[in-house]
Amino acid sequence: MIDKQVKSRGEAVAGVADGATVLVAGFGAVGVADDLLEALHEQGARDLTIVANNAGNGDVGLARLINSGRVRKVICSYPRSGDYSAFLNAYRDKTLELELVPQGTISERMRCHAAGLGGFFSPVSAGTKLAEGKETREIDGKLHVFEKPLKGDIALLRADKADRWGNLTYIKSARNFNPVMAMAADVSVVQVNEMVELGSLDPEAVVTPSIFIDRVVVVGDKA
Amino acid sequence: MSPSYKPLTREQMAWRAAQDLPEGAFVNLGIGIPTLAASYVPAGREVIFHSENGILGLGPKPEPGMEDENLIDAGKNYTTLVTGGVFMHHADAFLMIRGGHLDISLLGAFEVSEAGDLANWTTEDPSFPPGVGGAMDLAVGAKAIRVIMDHTDKKGNPRILRHCTLPLTAAGCVKRIYTNLAVIDITAQGLFVVEMVDGMTLEKLQSLTEPQLQLSESYQPLALPAAMAA
Repeated sequence: MIDKQVKSRGEAVAGVADGATVLVAGFGAVGVADDLLEALHEQGARDLTIVANNAGNGDVGLARLINSGRVRKVICSYPRSGDYSAFLNAYRDKTLELELVPQGTISERMRCHAAGLGGFFSPVSAGTKLAEGKETREIDGKLHVFEKPLKGDIALLRADKADRWGNLTYIKSARNFNPVMAMAADVSVVQVNEMVELGSLDPEAVVTPSIFIDRVVVVGDKA
Repeated sequence: MSPSYKPLTREQMAWRAAQDLPEGAFVNLGIGIPTLAASYVPAGREVIFHSENGILGLGPKPEPGMEDENLIDAGKNYTTLVTGGVFMHHADAFLMIRGGHLDISLLGAFEVSEAGDLANWTTEDPSFPPGVGGAMDLAVGAKAIRVIMDHTDKKGNPRILRHCTLPLTAAGCVKRIYTNLAVIDITAQGLFVVEMVDGMTLEKLQSLTEPQLQLSESYQPLALPAAMAA
């Protein structure tokens, strides 16, 4: 019997190696796997590359990993969001590298990896500083920039409901990066509010099919 | 000496831009003044707002006490979903932006050039890390890309320039600018003034604008309705 549920958040993030690339879902504070990020902090992996839209808030989750000196590089579109003092301090101390990527390019690079493609040409950032050093090609008279696929060793995700196979549903704008990151990592781990019986999620309403999910942990009241 | 014209307020600029959002349009509003335009869509006109974080059918701010922790807009403020609105994931939200599916992208800007180049993502302040967010995506792909911004900077220097001085967000993308003084179209034949605020002259506007301006054949005064004129 397939059962992807694990008992603890520690089990959920087990095996993350030093130097791993971690896909951290969320937009601002919404749809972020706070419990899994805390578990990763406890787990101890260092020298991490984080892929996220923002670069942490306050001293929790991603910000706490940065404050603890565990992050080597952040690939994000917008670090200046909320209280980003953890990122700012590390950036100014030059202990952390920033790769700034347009938001749609980050998500498409991950989708591209998930789809088994070797990259894509995008008009976004053509002729700007963010395209410096990248291969370009004119397609139908418009300048395009070559973007490589982006994969994670592990994705830390947050959804609403899961079944034991790992089918997922989300809540409103908390969906954001979760489905595309779920598809783009070797190991995809999700914290959910609730486990439901296999068959009780409407097949038409499942957003992330089970094939993309490896481990599920329930957090909160229904854990 | 006080000027003989009255610049528009942020709300009045947003109102003016909103008058050009047609029935049935899919529109993305950038953070800042563009966001205000949602409040000024003429009554009876159905316009569907898109948000980069995966919302099609973005609604107004929630009433106090009705905030939903899972429902925020691109500026990370609480928002609502209109009846008929839907959610999608990020790659699809940006597919809509990049792929020509949106009718209008209405953006803020620091500078716009006479070629329609847009600079709105960084002032290159070395003490802070840069952030681009969805700015470069939003400046590519929509069928019409329009800007709302003050006509000059705080010192009175033009922000409509021959060439942008700040790093570009995208080249040649802006087709119309709504400022606090005028509405200006960018065309292959140059910059055309479509409307100016009451009391403004082409000569005065030109002195606040670097590239050459021409009066549009369809020029008319920028008329605010009584409710917006206060």
